[in-house]
Amino acid sequence: MTRRARPIALAGIAVAGIVLAGCAGGGGSSDDTEGPITLKWFQGSGVETNIATADALAEAFNASQSDIIVEVDASGPSDSAALDNLMKTRLATNEMPDMFWYNSGSLLQALSPDQTMLNIADTDFVSNLDPAWVAAVSTADGVFGVPVQTAGGGGFFYNIPMYEELGLEVPNTWDEFLANADAIKDAGYTAVEMTFGDAWTSQIVTLADFYNIWASDNDWAAKYTANEVNFADDPVAVQSFTKLQDIYDGGYLNEDFASALLNDGLEAVATGTAGHYPMLGFAQATIATNWPDNIDDVGFFGIPGENADEHGMTIWMPPALYAPANTEHPDAVKEFMAFVASPAGCDAVTGALGATGAYLVEGCSVPDEAPRIVADWGPYFDSGMIAPALEFLSPVKGPNLMQIDVEVGSGVRSGESGAELYDADAAKQAQQLGLEGW
Amino acid sequence: MATIAPSDATEAVVTSPGKRPPRRKYAQRMYPRWFLLPGAVIFFVLFIAPTFASFYYAFTRWTLFDVEFIGFDNFVTFFTDPQLSKGFTNTLIFGTLTSGLKVVLGLLIGVLLTSEIWARGYLRAVVFFPVLVSTVGVGITFQALMDPYDGLINRALAVVGIDGPGWLTNPDLALYSIIIVDVWRGVGLAALIYMAGLVAIPQEYYEAAKVDGAGAWHRFRNITLPLVRPATTTVIILSLIGGLREFQLIWVMTGGGPGFASDVLASVIYKQYAYGFYGLSTAGNVVLFVVVSAVILPLFWWLNRKQTDL
Amino acid sequence: MNRTVSRHVYGATAVLVSAIIFLVPFAFILVQSFKTGPDSASLSFTWPIDFVFWENVVTVFQTRDYMLITAFINSTILTVLSVSIMVVLAAMIGWVLARRPSRWNPIFTFFILAGLIVPPAIVPTAWIMQSLGIFNTLGGLALVEVAYGMSFCVLLFRAFVSNIPRELDEAATIDGAGPIRLFFQVGFPLLKSVIVTAIVVQSVTVFNDFANPLYFLPGEENATVQLTLFNFQSQFQTTWNLLFTDILLITIPPLLMYIFFNRQIVAGMTSGAIKG
Repeated sequence: MTRRARPIALAGIAVAGIVLAGCAGGGGSSDDTEGPITLKWFQGSGVETNIATADALAEAFNASQSDIIVEVDASGPSDSAALDNLMKTRLATNEMPDMFWYNSGSLLQALSPDQTMLNIADTDFVSNLDPAWVAAVSTADGVFGVPVQTAGGGGFFYNIPMYEELGLEVPNTWDEFLANADAIKDAGYTAVEMTFGDAWTSQIVTLADFYNIWASDNDWAAKYTANEVNFADDPVAVQSFTKLQDIYDGGYLNEDFASALLNDGLEAVATGTAGHYPMLGFAQATIATNWPDNIDDVGFFGIPGENADEHGMTIWMPPALYAPANTEHPDAVKEFMAFVASPAGCDAVTGALGATGAYLVEGCSVPDEAPRIVADWGPYFDSGMIAPALEFLSPVKGPNLMQIDVEVGSGVRSGESGAELYDADAAKQAQQLGLEGW
Repeated sequence: MATIAPSDATEAVVTSPGKRPPRRKYAQRMYPRWFLLPGAVIFFVLFIAPTFASFYYAFTRWTLFDVEFIGFDNFVTFFTDPQLSKGFTNTLIFGTLTSGLKVVLGLLIGVLLTSEIWARGYLRAVVFFPVLVSTVGVGITFQALMDPYDGLINRALAVVGIDGPGWLTNPDLALYSIIIVDVWRGVGLAALIYMAGLVAIPQEYYEAAKVDGAGAWHRFRNITLPLVRPATTTVIILSLIGGLREFQLIWVMTGGGPGFASDVLASVIYKQYAYGFYGLSTAGNVVLFVVVSAVILPLFWWLNRKQTDL
Repeated sequence: MNRTVSRHVYGATAVLVSAIIFLVPFAFILVQSFKTGPDSASLSFTWPIDFVFWENVVTVFQTRDYMLITAFINSTILTVLSVSIMVVLAAMIGWVLARRPSRWNPIFTFFILAGLIVPPAIVPTAWIMQSLGIFNTLGGLALVEVAYGMSFCVLLFRAFVSNIPRELDEAATIDGAGPIRLFFQVGFPLLKSVIVTAIVVQSVTVFNDFANPLYFLPGEENATVQLTLFNFQSQFQTTWNLLFTDILLITIPPLLMYIFFNRQIVAGMTSGAIKG
């Protein structure tokens, strides 16, 4: 009997020893009773411009006062699905550091902000923020984030020297655009560059077309959330998918559209091997970094619709800085947020990235020297012909849009069929969110 | 320490079944059950308990924070997914093809590398190299090699005058390209398991067969194959389960694309989890568990059954 | 004479084929890691224009305050800890299950297979770990890796224990060995080659794991080697030369381990011809 008991005890000690050894290695929580408070900011997307932004904001803030030190943690998976998983898991297990960087808009809703995040609705600095921004980081019960970058347009990047060479004008309707594309194709260039090797880039035409839907009905997003309208049955909305089909059917694409990557697309439109590349505004920073000589060769226009007088632009809200509800230093976090939502914060971002678009904080100024793409957004902002992308107006967003758009954009599926499939996809997501009327 | 009466001891060496001390008592003493405990505790507490408990969430709308019981709705949603049948077929294709190829090629390489072949040490090392590289590393490397225009594979084919296909961009080819890469990566392990099984076969059998004038094929067929069966079972089971569950390599190489062309059940489930459909993806896990079990359990039973017949 | 010729022909063919299939991808990785950024962007298998291998290695090490060094240390500790526990405990289980058949065997088998079949549930596991107080500790993560790798090892060991003749056990018993001595003196040495196989495979698995450390041991200071790849590949941009340099660097430890153990495997094989 005793002979048998000893090994068990040994095994128990072995396991206990491991656990104890493990505990010693774990990071304890910091109970700073004196000295500055250290806040960890989980950036985690691995995107260089975003890391530069976070670092610049942290540095400027650390230099401005001495009670709080912000540290940026930029380790994270760059694959967006893995990053989404990580964010949700950390929030669910209360393991999120003091602050984190994440998208605004419909993706925020999936994080259950009401339960997981610090509500900043009662702070002073929220009143400095653009109402459109506040809407993109709010639920019915609270406001959660401050903008860390600028709002910018999404649409077509186009090669200005090529336009000049062929005597083309910026198109104001979809038909004019197709005519331009034909001219470019006939001249022997790639008319429209596509880069499905980075599958997410396939969505830009569809998403950036939203201004045209909004122009046809300003309440479309609300009706969409209530399941009263959809893409497949709406003659205007369905074009968000058929336009992608038009581009494939026209034979405008680069030969390697299925495997090319974002960088190839930016290079093509910057150096003039392609006439157009549908892209979001943030990517102009990459052009500035990689092809500085061509930065003024790339212009921008919004996805044209049916009406030449109604040529507008769809804008994207920047990512946000949030804090988990269980942060140990809510006041310190709010202090940093107040800094980010102030002109000093905007200046830090400008210092890191230059002029990238419109700030959503009151009192912020944009430098006069702007890259051509950013300058081209000016008239749209001035005339008010802008609409936020649908994901900032409605929580409903089908998760498989990129796969569907790759199929439509590669000629595997028709635009109408893509719209139907996307409606079903969005319905599934709305049901998962538990929205009314789905 | 155990003390055995000398008479028992001599008996034990003779190993004539009839005259042994009762097996059971001996087994209880020499192979005690508590050996199972430490491993089992860790396994149950950190894997079985949470995983099987999570199956409850398959019947709920779960946000990781709120749980709302909705019965079989998730399963209905999962099975009405338009992409599901594709994912289902792809899962079975991927599992059976990778597993079959690993068994055949693994045995072939195993036999080759336990024979008196020239440069054996080098070959053993090289075949196993791919196992050492991470999935992400393998995926990224082959993405580059399989690029339709700049990739080494199509460049090499162009030299011979063949116009290479879009290995990962052609929807009909993508899955098979990933299968090739998966076999490339996994065949070294299969070969290693086979080698361990092959060297355990007593040489006397072969020598006796040679004396009887049996040819190489005959010896392979009648000695190697039956005696290497435990290794075969292991390779089949491990590679088939791995193949039916594989998504990481697929994810790195194509993300389930182009479109949905190379989606498998596991990648569909992964995507659902990423979108925050936790209840739905748990339901998917239950389905995957049932599907894989339905394939593996009978197969396992059958393979082991045949083994005891020998 | 004839036989040796054919042996060399076979051997030469095998060497050639294996070189094309298994070495070229590695050569590709190597070549990319010698190149400059723009030179590697095309991902072609060409001779590097400028050799900047050393600069690349230095850059990769320096990225994010020497994150790679932290990651190497973390991954190594995690691997050694979890694999050593895993192998010993799994060998004990495999040994007893194979040597002592019982009515319960189908149940055991089911759970072993379940361990391979069911994808683990991350969040509930985290909850259990939190209640045990081992969440966010290296030891806790090691135990999770043990739990996830257990099935594979047990399956492997059980299959191979049945190959070992019982006569050896009985001989040891006569010498007065108890169960523990029997296991470590007879079982362990005879299982050597398969144990080494399990060590190699599981070490690679754990060393190259990035999802579990990310979930169960979050934080930049706890980064593991796989995570460093993301420093050079983001959603928007990839620096290929540095990425391949990194792949090369993080493959070196498993490679060294394999070279070290490969001898053991071969030794186990040559001496392991068990006389039935």
